[in-house]
Formats: sequence, structure tokens, C-alpha cells
Amino acid sequence: MRKLFHFHGGIHPPSNKTQSTQTAITSAPLPTKLTIPFHQHAGETAKPVVKVGDHVLKGQLIGMPDGFVSSAVHASTSGTIAAIDMQLIAHPSGLPNLCATLIPDGKDEWVTLNPVDYRSHSVAELQQLLRMAGVVGLGGAAFPSDVKLRIGKQKIKTLILNGAECEPYITCDDMLMRERAAEIVQGAEILRFMLDADEVLYGVEDNKPEAIAALQQAITASKSAQQNKSHEVIAIPTIYPGGSAKQLIRVLTGLEVPSGKLPTDIGVQCFNVATAYTVHRALAHGEPLLSRVVTITGNVRKAQNYEVLIGVPINELVALSVALSDTNGYIMGGPMMGVPLHAMNAPGPAVQVPVVKATNCVIAASAKLFPPPQPALPCIRCTRCVEVCPADLQPQDLYWFAQSKEFGRAQAFSLFDCIECGACSYVCPSHIPLVQYYRFAKSEIRAREYDKLLADQARERHDYREHRIEREKREKAEKLAAKEKAAQAAKLAAQPLTPQQQTEQAELAARREHIREVAQSAVEHPEG
Amino acid sequence: MLSALLVMAGIAIVLGAVLGYAAIKFRVEGNPLVDKIDAVLPQTQCGQCSYPGCKPYATAIAAGEADINRCPPGGEEGIQKLADLLGVDFKPFGGDTNAPKPKSVAIIDESTCIGCTLCIQACPVDAIVGAAKQMHTVIASECTGCELCIAPCPVDCIVMLPIEEKISNWKWKYPVYTLNAVETDRAAEAALQRTNGRAPG
Repeated sequence: MRKLFHFHGGIHPPSNKTQSTQTAITSAPLPTKLTIPFHQHAGETAKPVVKVGDHVLKGQLIGMPDGFVSSAVHASTSGTIAAIDMQLIAHPSGLPNLCATLIPDGKDEWVTLNPVDYRSHSVAELQQLLRMAGVVGLGGAAFPSDVKLRIGKQKIKTLILNGAECEPYITCDDMLMRERAAEIVQGAEILRFMLDADEVLYGVEDNKPEAIAALQQAITASKSAQQNKSHEVIAIPTIYPGGSAKQLIRVLTGLEVPSGKLPTDIGVQCFNVATAYTVHRALAHGEPLLSRVVTITGNVRKAQNYEVLIGVPINELVALSVALSDTNGYIMGGPMMGVPLHAMNAPGPAVQVPVVKATNCVIAASAKLFPPPQPALPCIRCTRCVEVCPADLQPQDLYWFAQSKEFGRAQAFSLFDCIECGACSYVCPSHIPLVQYYRFAKSEIRAREYDKLLADQARERHDYREHRIEREKREKAEKLAAKEKAAQAAKLAAQPLTPQQQTEQAELAARREHIREVAQSAVEHPEG
Repeated sequence: MLSALLVMAGIAIVLGAVLGYAAIKFRVEGNPLVDKIDAVLPQTQCGQCSYPGCKPYATAIAAGEADINRCPPGGEEGIQKLADLLGVDFKPFGGDTNAPKPKSVAIIDESTCIGCTLCIQACPVDAIVGAAKQMHTVIASECTGCELCIAPCPVDCIVMLPIEEKISNWKWKYPVYTLNAVETDRAAEAALQRTNGRAPG
């Protein structure tokens, strides 16, 4: 039995997971319209490579990755591109972003797929294949997986497969592990191969015994994994936020990721189990990331997991599970860290935003399930937030600094180590929306740093311009001086010589002649 | 007596030499305060402060010739930073300086542009590209929004567009919550008395 470690704090919110694990994953039907955003991942927006009116096939590239941290976007089914314009997406800002509207033709016709055997390719080639397959982290942050696999000289000892799924209500990873464990294990083996890791640890919270059993069975059955004997499933205690990468690393290895460093700096890399599944599909089957498992739960008649194409409108998806009449909004993601969608669609809960690669769960909310937040009261410095903070921070101090906009001090108190898990807000007896203060402070600091960068660039350009103008002036003056000098010399040469100068020149010529004669004679009669 | 004088004179000469050497060796080029002030200024190079750029303004502030509230692009926050840096009191905008405006970028209407290169010469950060009798364009990411290119344009084809909020530059807002007045016993009593037409008391 492996020794497990603890991270500081954590909370035990009601899990509400059993509702959606009663039925197997079902494929959602093809909708009448798909809205596929070009920015579904962390980093730069993908560049559209199709035109309005184009007919595309299922799996055809429609968005080319643009920049180092970027990922490809594909058509989720065959059909016609009806529009490429700004559409609402699930984002806390409620602002629109560039999306392609795809009208399916119902044939679901695939492009030619090119499955590859990962063992016959170099790691760099595999990274490029994953980038072009649009594989991103499916745990929620949607960070491009190929970038996470591009490690420098560090030696990766442990690869962690994150199946903790600590947030209440969400069960998509649980169901995926129960039903498709073999493919997850094969995907994990590909990731292990690419990182050259010594061991693969599957961290799964102990409230998912079926998933743990399925993974263990898959590892025993898998030939390549058995050869390595390096894969191990570990049941970890159920505590929120045990599925956060840094906390999971701490629990499984006892190592702490230092502030401002990455897990790779301590020889660990972490991927979600669903990401491993997608990696396997992308390489062994050649299928780009076109669909994912989404949990529909909360205030619905039949909570369930669906295999959903990227771009399906969330309202059509929720309709499959039949939302109850008192539903007053939707949350994309879990109740702790999710994005509330009702704020963006104020009149009625008609949610038009599409499912994206980061959508792991949609919760139908009602006043009974999620009562409106109570009014915030002053902080009484009870430090209950300190007790539960999994990042070992001082949330009450950070709140104070964010509130008074003392961003420098907030940074000194490691604001950027906050993972925004919401444990502090959950326990706050004054109902202060602490995480919102931290998000405000973080984005304010980032904006300032960006402005500073721009100002420094502008200063450099301005200084260079001044320098260039100065140099041009100097060069012009030098050219002018040279010209004047040449003109003067020419003038001198043109002038007739005075009799005195003529005699002087004749004398000089005679002397030169004499010297030449003397030298000549010395060469001809060396002994004389 | 004489030896004491000689010793003192000797020490004075040695120390003087050391100080003289240090003054040459560790000489600081330029005024470090000017650079510190310049680092706070937004580098728009717009000249709204009546100095021909951020560095000249910084030099003037360091010399005590200019007020700290003459930089509209820096905003009140910039004034606050300068006040903190220089240890003086905050001063609101006033007098002849313009009011701060939202950050914008210059856009050239390329169909109207005649290619006169006047805006290229006016741009303090080389953010406009083009050649004589060819269309010009603004590199939006390098534009500081100084508006110096607008005046020289003979065909008025340059406009300033405020930078709109997009997902890429969106910021989380300061959490603001509406407070609903709760009727306390006393307020309820007062309301009751008012409806009854009696003076409270």
C-alpha cells in the first residue's frame, strides 16, 4: 500500500454525484445547428481556414493553431459553414467571440483518418499530431496538451492521471473511467512514452470504487502496460479540491510544487483521464477531438452523461434531460468553480451558448438547489478561510488587499498561488465572495503588467527613433562637410600657379630626380 | 608639532585621492530620478504635458519645474504613483491639461490616404508604415494613442478608435453587490406613524 500525503485544508461539500451515474453514457443526437468557437483552449485563437459556404467533412480542420500556445479546431460533423462571426460563448464576461456556424447535412461523413502507431514516431512528431488534432486538457482549463508535453531537459519521474473529479455533481470522468478504462490506459501509456516517465499514477477519489476497479482491470489486461509494470491506480481520500493538479501531486507524491514553478520542475506532469482517452483516439484512431462526455445534472428529470459533439447548443442538450419547471439558470462546470450562464441570458434560461472542449458539466440551477447568495457582511477575521485554503494562503489578508487595491502586497502574499477553488467562500460565515475579489485583483495585476510591457516597448521605439533622427542629422552634416571639402580642393587645383610656386615645384622635381639617380647608382655599383 | 601636521596632511592627501578616484570610478551617468519618473510615465509620447515627450517631462519633474498632474494618459493613478515616488501630495488634474480619455488607437482610412508620409514623420514610436505615394497603415499593437498623427494629415483620414472590450482584454470587475434596505423595527414604526399622519415622537 502506497503512503499517501495530505494537503492543507479542503472541504467536504455534498457530492451529489449519484444522480447522474445511474445510466451509461449516451450519444446526444445531432442538432440542427452547431456553433464551434475558434477559441476553446488557453492561448491564442485559432485562425479560420474555411470560408462561409464551404462544405466540410467530419473531422476537417476549420481553425489552424496560431502561436505557440494554441490548438486546432475541427468540424464536429459534415455539413455547410453557414457563418463565421462573433457569437456568444460560455465566458464569465458574457462577451462574444469568433465562432463558425455549421449546419449538419445529417450524413456524418468522416474525412480520411490517418491512425499512427506512436512507437514508430518521434516525440516531436507526436506533439505536432496532437496539436493538429486539437487535443487540449479536458479537466476544465483546456490547456493545449502538446505544450504540456514539450518539456525541456527536466526528467519526468511521475506521470499523474487525474481522475479525482473532486467537484460536486460532475461525473463525466467517473463514467468515462468505468466504461472506457482500456482506452484511458492506452492513452496514458502514450503519454508515458512521450514524457519518458518512470511511473504512471492514476489518482481517483475513493468515492468512485467502480472506476478504480475498471482501471485496475484495464491495466492488468493491457499488454504494454503490464510489460512496464509502471501503472498503478491509487484511491485517494475524497476531499475538495483534491483534483486540483498541485493538490493531487501533493497527495500522491508528497512533493510540493514551489510557488511560480511548474510541476515539471519537480519531475511530475499531470493529465486528466479524459485527456489521455482523447490522446489515444487522436493517435491510434486518427480522430481529432470532436466530442466529449458532458454531465447534465441538477434540476433535471433524468440526470445523465452524454457524449456530445463540440458546438452543440447547451439548451438543446439540457432538453434531453428535461429541465424541471422551476429551473432559473444553468451553470457550466461545477457549483464551486463553474461559470453561471443565466447572467449572460438574463431573460429566461434559454442558453444558446455551445458546448466547448472545456465543458465537463452543465447543472440546471433552481432557487432550491442554489439559493441566491446572502448579503455579504464585514470580515470578522475568524480565519476559517485560512483553515480550509488548500494553497496554504491567508485568504483574509488577500481579501483585504484586493478590496483596498493594494496589489503589490497581494502579490507579496502569493495571490497567484490561489487556485480559485472557492473553499474560502464556501466556509465564510460573512458570505463574502472572496474568490471574486481574488479574480479581480489577479486580472488587474495582469493588465497592469501588460500595460507596463507596452510602455517599455513604446519607450524603446521612441528612444530608437530619437537616436535614428540624431544619426541621420549627423550623417547629413558629415556628407555636407565632405562635399564642401571636395569642392574647395577642386577650386584650388583649378587656380593658375604663381611664378614663385612654379620655381618651388621645379626645384622639388629636380631634387626627386637627384635622389632617384643616387639610388640607382648604389644598386648598380654596390661595392662602390 | 611638525610631525603631527605632516601626518594630518598625509592622511588628507590619501583620503582626497581615494575620494577623487571613487568619484571617477563610481560616477552615475544621468539622473537616476529621471529614469525612475520616466518608468512611471505611460510612454505615450503625446506631448499633452507641454513637453516634447515623456523623458523631457520626467526631466522637468525631477528638476522641480513641472507639476505631477500634467499627464492625462497616466490618469489619476499615474499622478498617485508620481506622488508616492516623489513624496509629495496628490494633485488632481486641473488647469490647462486635457481630461484623461479611454485608451484608443489610430486607424488610417486607407482608401482616402494619399501617401504624403506626414503622419509617419509625426509618429513618435514608428507605429505607422508606408512609403511616399503609397497607402499608409498603423500597426495597432505599437500605437500608443498619442493623436500626434491626426493634425498633420492633409486629408483627415486618421481617426482615433477607443479600444473595445474583448475576451482577450476583459478584466474581472470589482465585486459590487446591491444592498437591499431591510426594514428595522424603528423604520417600520416611523413609516406607520407617517401613514397615520402623526408626527413621530
